Amino acid sequence: MTETPLTKNIRPGAPPFDIGDYERAGGYEGLRKALTMTPQQVIAEVKASNLRGRGGAGFPTGLKWSFVPLGKDAPHPKYLICNADEMEPGTFKDRLLMEADPHQLVEGVAIASYAIEADVAFIFVRGEYILSGERLTRAIAEAYEHRYLGRDILGSGYSLEMYVHMSAGRYMCGDETGLLNALEGKRANPRWKPPFPPVVGLFGKPTIVNNVETLCCVPHILSHGANWFRDLSRTGDGGTKLYGASGKVKRPGLWELPMGTPIREILYEYAGGMRDGVEFRGLLPGGASTDFLTIEHLDVPMDFTEVQKAGSRMGTGTMIVLDDKTCPVGMTWNLTQFFARESCGWCVPCWSGLAWCERILRAMEEGHGESGDIEKLEFHAKMMGPGNTFCALAPGAAEPLQSAIKYFREDFESHIRDKHCAWRT
Amino acid sequence: MLTDEERREIESEIARYPARQAASIDALKIVQRHRGWISDESIQDIAGFLKISPTELDGIATFYNLIFREPVGRHVILLCDSVSCWITGYERLREHLCSKLAVRPGQTTSDDRFTLIPIVCLGCCDRAPAMMIGDDLHGNLDPPEKCNAILEQYK
Repeated sequence: MTETPLTKNIRPGAPPFDIGDYERAGGYEGLRKALTMTPQQVIAEVKASNLRGRGGAGFPTGLKWSFVPLGKDAPHPKYLICNADEMEPGTFKDRLLMEADPHQLVEGVAIASYAIEADVAFIFVRGEYILSGERLTRAIAEAYEHRYLGRDILGSGYSLEMYVHMSAGRYMCGDETGLLNALEGKRANPRWKPPFPPVVGLFGKPTIVNNVETLCCVPHILSHGANWFRDLSRTGDGGTKLYGASGKVKRPGLWELPMGTPIREILYEYAGGMRDGVEFRGLLPGGASTDFLTIEHLDVPMDFTEVQKAGSRMGTGTMIVLDDKTCPVGMTWNLTQFFARESCGWCVPCWSGLAWCERILRAMEEGHGESGDIEKLEFHAKMMGPGNTFCALAPGAAEPLQSAIKYFREDFESHIRDKHCAWRT
Repeated sequence: MLTDEERREIESEIARYPARQAASIDALKIVQRHRGWISDESIQDIAGFLKISPTELDGIATFYNLIFREPVGRHVILLCDSVSCWITGYERLREHLCSKLAVRPGQTTSDDRFTLIPIVCLGCCDRAPAMMIGDDLHGNLDPPEKCNAILEQYK
């Protein structure tokens, strides 16, 4: 029987645990344990667990925390921000964690805050996640009543204020420094780095930004230990992972499985394979901003290291499946349209490149493609790549674009040659 | 003029932050909740209250997807047009809604009942295609005729 710490309290269709149920299920034991340790010990435990950030980038969580200045001379107030701005197309995992077990996240945020000696924590929730916001707000109020938040938590001498911030919607808010600007009440443009947020973040103070799923792992690491967490995984990256599948699969959904579960197992055992009448052609392994993988990659274990070796990224771990009855050029156009629209306009390769790519792809899809278009797309994909922009939006947009051309080039060529999309009647 | 209630609600948001401007997005959302949308006059009033320039606030208001700088209908339909919904029937759903409501995306019905706005992924990909009406999420909208009964709930 596989252990599923993140989803053990979740009962489909039922309301989430209130604080009493959550405590009886072992909840807030991780926080109690953490408060008996020093912040440095908490950071060391999370480092040893091999927890890597579940927002998509996979940065080691304990290492990130260790960049925050600690002790008497550290600047205050310090901030811990939970990035709950789940706007990556194809991604729907954090919604489940917030709606179905909000106390788990509140506890994770509290422990992470203690580890960096934060004074204030914000949970930055995307505006459309109304139920998540309501349930988190209620859970936070209960946690205050039970002295897990506020002044002198459980008599430890540590104090923390926690707030929910409901966003007004923009993909850029999911970018670490874009989010900081949004919380400061500005446009969510990215910031120049360095300095990095752990040193100069929200309102110029040391700030850690962690994803929802990342923080939900933290109470379990403290309760059960780093070794236990590491051993949940089938590969080197620690823990379990919420994997998802959408597109024309038989059973779209989410499953908590050991980190490193192969793509084939997720797609065929859990998602039930393809719907009747359609064949698998490819997938984006972890959201819109990851490179396509195809049938030759089905045995790749889904973790940060292995998917990268296969030429893509695990990203958020929620895969979007392309079938043979769906046009790969149309899908790429849809993805590019999303990125073009959500670009904040700060960097030229992003606002200009994406707009051109969107036009070219639209023209192809509508039967007006011209020879040379594919090369233009390749040029822009290269210009949007890593190192040319302030944030990861444009490099992320380039990933599905460049890999669609790589794996489905004949479909792009046939659109131009036939002046028609064969998938449209 | 902001109402006393709006001022009170905005002040309680300001209290969380070390700078008044940090509450700008909260303030826009508060006023929009009371009035349905953000007019030029509201921009002036909120900016004055937060002690920032109206131009800067307008730059913020127009940046965020869920702040409406034009009047909207009584119910806003946020129709997901991102990839998982696109694969599973977004275009048919959009055409169905457009013809049923006699609007194009971005427009409001002549009786001010609905405004149809395309939105990025709603995180409902396992029940695609999806849309929100007001605060309510509706999924599995294929075939698109499933919308008809849902729309009836919103008068």
